[in-house]
Amino acid sequence: MSTKETLTGAEALIRSLELENVEIMFGLPGGCILPAYDPLLKSSIRHVLVRHEQGAGHMAQGYAHVTGRPGVAMVTSGPAATNMVTPLCDAFMDSIPMVCITGQVPTSAIGTDAFQECDTVGITRSVTKHNELVMRAEDIPMAVRQAFYIATTGRPGPVLIDMPKDVLQNTMTWHWPTDEEVVDSLPGYRPNVKGHPKMIKEAAKLILASEKPVLYLGGGVLKARAAEVVKELAELLQIPVVTTLMARGAFPDKHPLCYGMPGMHGTATAITAMQKSDLLIALGSRFDDRVTGKVNSFAQDAKIIHVDIDPAEQGKVRKPDVPIVGDCRQVVEEILKAIKELMAEGISATDITPWRSRVNGWKEQFPLTYDMSGPGDKLKPQFCLEKLRDAAPEGTIVVSGVGQHQMWASLFWEFNEPYTWVNSGGLGTMGFSVPAAIGAKAAKPDRTVWAIDGDGCFQMTAQELVTATTEGIHVKIAIMNNTYLGMVRQWQEMFYGQRYSEVDLAGCPDFVKWAEAMGCVGIRVESVDEIDEAIALANSINDRSVVVEFRVEEFEKVFPMVPAGASNDEVLLHPNQESRREFLK
Amino acid sequence: MSSINSNNPYGDSRQHHILSVMVQNRPGVLARVSGLFARRGYNIYSLAVAPSDDPNYSRITIVVDISATPLEQIVKQLFKLIDVVRITELDPRKSVERELMIATVRVDGEHRGQIAELANLFEAKVLAVGADAVTISIDGNPEKIDDFEELLRGYGIVESQRTGRVALPKLEREARKGATKGKAS
Ligand SMILES: Cc1ncc(C[n+]2csc(CCOP(=O)(O)OP(=O)(O)O)c2C)c(N)n1
Ligand SMILES: [Mg+2]
Repeated sequence: MSTKETLTGAEALIRSLELENVEIMFGLPGGCILPAYDPLLKSSIRHVLVRHEQGAGHMAQGYAHVTGRPGVAMVTSGPAATNMVTPLCDAFMDSIPMVCITGQVPTSAIGTDAFQECDTVGITRSVTKHNELVMRAEDIPMAVRQAFYIATTGRPGPVLIDMPKDVLQNTMTWHWPTDEEVVDSLPGYRPNVKGHPKMIKEAAKLILASEKPVLYLGGGVLKARAAEVVKELAELLQIPVVTTLMARGAFPDKHPLCYGMPGMHGTATAITAMQKSDLLIALGSRFDDRVTGKVNSFAQDAKIIHVDIDPAEQGKVRKPDVPIVGDCRQVVEEILKAIKELMAEGISATDITPWRSRVNGWKEQFPLTYDMSGPGDKLKPQFCLEKLRDAAPEGTIVVSGVGQHQMWASLFWEFNEPYTWVNSGGLGTMGFSVPAAIGAKAAKPDRTVWAIDGDGCFQMTAQELVTATTEGIHVKIAIMNNTYLGMVRQWQEMFYGQRYSEVDLAGCPDFVKWAEAMGCVGIRVESVDEIDEAIALANSINDRSVVVEFRVEEFEKVFPMVPAGASNDEVLLHPNQESRREFLK
Repeated sequence: MSSINSNNPYGDSRQHHILSVMVQNRPGVLARVSGLFARRGYNIYSLAVAPSDDPNYSRITIVVDISATPLEQIVKQLFKLIDVVRITELDPRKSVERELMIATVRVDGEHRGQIAELANLFEAKVLAVGADAVTISIDGNPEKIDDFEELLRGYGIVESQRTGRVALPKLEREARKGATKGKAS
């Protein structure tokens, strides 16, 4: 195959994406990216035409969340590129592999304030793992290969390639770089996947010696596809497990060793187990402020084993006793091996039964709870979520917006399978759920995808349901309509003396009519006796997207809660449980 | 990674460390490095960039103020930049540092001789002489330049410009402290 083939830059771009096994991309064309949309007509790649570029970005993220493969978005220059900034930042914060292609003004016009010119690489530099302005058509295949390589290896993240229009139009001699050429072209990029043997042995010893260990799982466990081996480790020594907001599903909620989510709105058990632990085994987690609360009173007696593929996470917030830089799956496999070797040598594991029964005691004393609604009252959002959960088909993927409904979804759903929970954790992007759900459904057409959304969030990106309808990607949206920017309202109630400022959303819109206008089925649920039927109907519809609006209690608050900046020792329990507080000792 | 020394060899009075950062010579690389410092709230004390002996790479010499951020975190974050190939922390005691300053000093004819003498003592060069001012250049280690600048201040500096320091490890001894070759993701 040494015959030299001449292609346009645009053809080279599309062929490169095909060779990277891209099956679907999300985007919207415009002036500078126009040349790339022409060869797309003949490509095997499916293109989903969105209604707003932010939607394309979140769809690519949803796709990546549930497949582990990079999501791809393609948009034009200027305003389209700036519309992409939020999803890029979201993907950066949550380590989601993503490749974004933006059009750019012709090379000769760069720097002249040309029509729809913006400094895309400058603007996106701090929200991407890497970005690149491609200046010659012959560099396109290498730029694409580098982008996929960087996005998917090490700590995953978004990579942007900026493509001037003339670069897409010029011709080039086709060459597809080899793996070796790609690696050689990036002398400064050598992700470390294998943990240090000495540290691994050290970790094994600490784990065996610990009296009060907790496995603190973060999103890295999912990125590394390490759920199986982590379960093996937990079960071998019967270690309690907590799963952060980004790791829900990495360990089955129904497993007796699972104590749910830690953090600001975590379960009292997960929070307290970490606080009282003598050894936190942090796997792919990053000691986020939403998890630690006030850092210098976080898990003060705990030694830390920190496994993370990003060396900069080691010691960023909390100095680990045993730092291990490497891929979570490989490292945990090695730790398991080292533990088994030590046990074979006669070193036995410390008996942690007393610790487990203490943790189980908390679990019994402080289950998730809420007050049931009385007759004629508004619905309780938690109750609606439990109903949705119990009626959901096996393997349902849950995608969430940002706010109270997100916390309730994370708390009240039961996640027993990895990659069934998709949300915006690090950036907390309202408007994430509708497009991310569409991306997830496009990736997994055989799964039911339920987006749990807030009335505020829905209004930010709902128009993508038009995309869902025209593309035949049918998702289900449950709006927990409390007619408020509920999470903000909760803070104003608790920390600003109930002075509600700019949080009331009541009165408009009519979500059912809006859903119908977008080609979806719209259902409104106002009373308890309508719930089951509405959910059954929604679950039975597979040829259209469905929007179910649940009219829920306006003033419901999320509990437990660790107020911002407070110590995790000061977790506010549900008012019904405050009297039992002493049991949290 | 753990060999990066975040302890300050001078104690608290001195919070500066020198990083010699080898980067791929590509557009935007300086913006990436300086942007990282700005975004993470790290302080740059001085910065000098120039191509290295290999045209594919440039060397950025950064003097960082670590009073607010541990050096280790700065180094690790820098490593995450794809274009950064190698970072060497230079211990000031084990490296040679040089900096250049040019300064225009107000001085009348009567005192010009004093300035010339001072320049002579510091091996500085007089670049231009005007009726009531002279322009002087000096190079050398940064402390020497500090001293010289201090003395000139007594006469009145009209304008001055320093380059920021460049540095290399000293030859004789094992001078590279924690030259880290592993790469972050
Ligand atoms: C884009 C964006 N703007 C603002 C916020 C701040 N914020 C966090 S939660 C929230 C309220 C969300 O309201 P809604 O979607 O109705 O959810 P609820 O909390 O009522 O369940 C707001 C405004 C945000 N996270 N994202
Ligand atoms: Mg709301």
